[in-house]
Amino acid sequence: MSAIREIPCDKITDTVADLFIGASTDLGEDVLSAVREAARSEGTALGRYALEKIMENAKVAQDEGLPLCQDTGLAVVFVEVGQDVHVTGGDFSEAVQEGVRRAYRDGFLRKSVCDPITRANTGDNTPAVIHTEIVPGDAMRIIAMPKGGGSENMSSSVMLLPSAGQEGIRRHIVEAVRKAGPNPCPPTIIGVGIGGSIEKSALLAKKALARPVGEPNRSDPRLSQLERETLEEINALGIGPQGYGGRTTALAVHVEMMPCHIASLPVTVNIQCHVARHKEAVI
Amino acid sequence: MKDPQRIHTPLTGEICEHLRAGDRILLSGSVITGRDTAHRRLAQAISEGKPLPVDLDGETIFYAAPTPPRPGRVIGSIGPTTSCRMDEFAPVLMKAGIRGMIGKGERSAAVREAIARHKAVYFGAMGGIAALMSACVKKAEVIAYEDLGPEAIMRLEIEDFPLIVINDTEGGDLYEGAPGRRSMDPGSADHRK
Repeated sequence: MSAIREIPCDKITDTVADLFIGASTDLGEDVLSAVREAARSEGTALGRYALEKIMENAKVAQDEGLPLCQDTGLAVVFVEVGQDVHVTGGDFSEAVQEGVRRAYRDGFLRKSVCDPITRANTGDNTPAVIHTEIVPGDAMRIIAMPKGGGSENMSSSVMLLPSAGQEGIRRHIVEAVRKAGPNPCPPTIIGVGIGGSIEKSALLAKKALARPVGEPNRSDPRLSQLERETLEEINALGIGPQGYGGRTTALAVHVEMMPCHIASLPVTVNIQCHVARHKEAVI
Repeated sequence: MKDPQRIHTPLTGEICEHLRAGDRILLSGSVITGRDTAHRRLAQAISEGKPLPVDLDGETIFYAAPTPPRPGRVIGSIGPTTSCRMDEFAPVLMKAGIRGMIGKGERSAAVREAIARHKAVYFGAMGGIAALMSACVKKAEVIAYEDLGPEAIMRLEIEDFPLIVINDTEGGDLYEGAPGRRSMDPGSADHRK
């Protein structure tokens, strides 16, 4: 039997708080290099201007410790818990929530969470959305993803007919981006979840967004091909940075897939703005 | 690219008539912020004939809710939210005096038509460069609906705030013919509030 490793709740709280503050002010090198690359090939002057501003913003945010975007998001947290971990000194979920609470207070981040009906703000950006997964090992991997509302609003889950096939999936992805137009702050990253059940496809799409921008799906060559082809098609739409026209509508398409019911073909397209924030730590 | 024009608030019908979709602007002066819930409250007060917490006559409204300022700073990061959620209220607010709107993304046909009718203007601000835009805000104070937290109405003094005209008084539209354009028109299944 493997030895049990103890991870105290305090450690989880501290890690979550640091990750959210860091994610809110530091644009990852993955996004930056994708933007830099896009600026080199962008054909419109306004498009290039917008991409340069994105790079300038990242520098100012880091230098001055200011959030990259005023929408510091709904806090989405992925936690892979090693099956040999024993969480001590409190309640695991509450430890994560406390980390989010602390990050949004001490990091001067905007509290953007409210009651869905009354729209009354909860005041501390909780509750965070926590996705846990039990994995082998004695470590805990925490991914913090502050998710902006504007791009999330342009996302959707659908149940396609199985006969739609790969061609139907491709059309659906491109159409979702076309319909979103300038609203989700292009250039975007498109997370796609195919298969599973309706909620699993959404989860796959969200987790696809946690992948470093532009890193292809390495598990299935059909998917990396779908990623390349849809990205090319999306960037031929002409929406461009901020919708001002141009070729840089998306920086990447990330697809994840799993088998589904013989009657179904669930597909979720989760759109992420260019402020693609995700930071992770292993404790 | 043409150099941006410098414009100062308060905006007038005459100023707006000279603006054309695609013009780059550096806006200075006083503007107010207001987004989802503030719009709903203002529109409700107007429909009930109740007094408004702020006189909208000639105002420019920025669809924004900034991050809280660190000690010693005027404001945190600030940038536009998606404007289409304000579409159902914007014509009513223009009728009540709003002359300028700042946001991001496309507007409904009804809003575009009201902009022409009221000689108003809709400016786009870039989304996701809010740290950079923070430096253009020289003063900020909450003036109404404080209970809304980040969604409260603030008065901002801005200087050379970079904008682009999206919808003008002649019906000009930066997104005209752009992919996805028609998706936001009323009656479309894809119209999202």
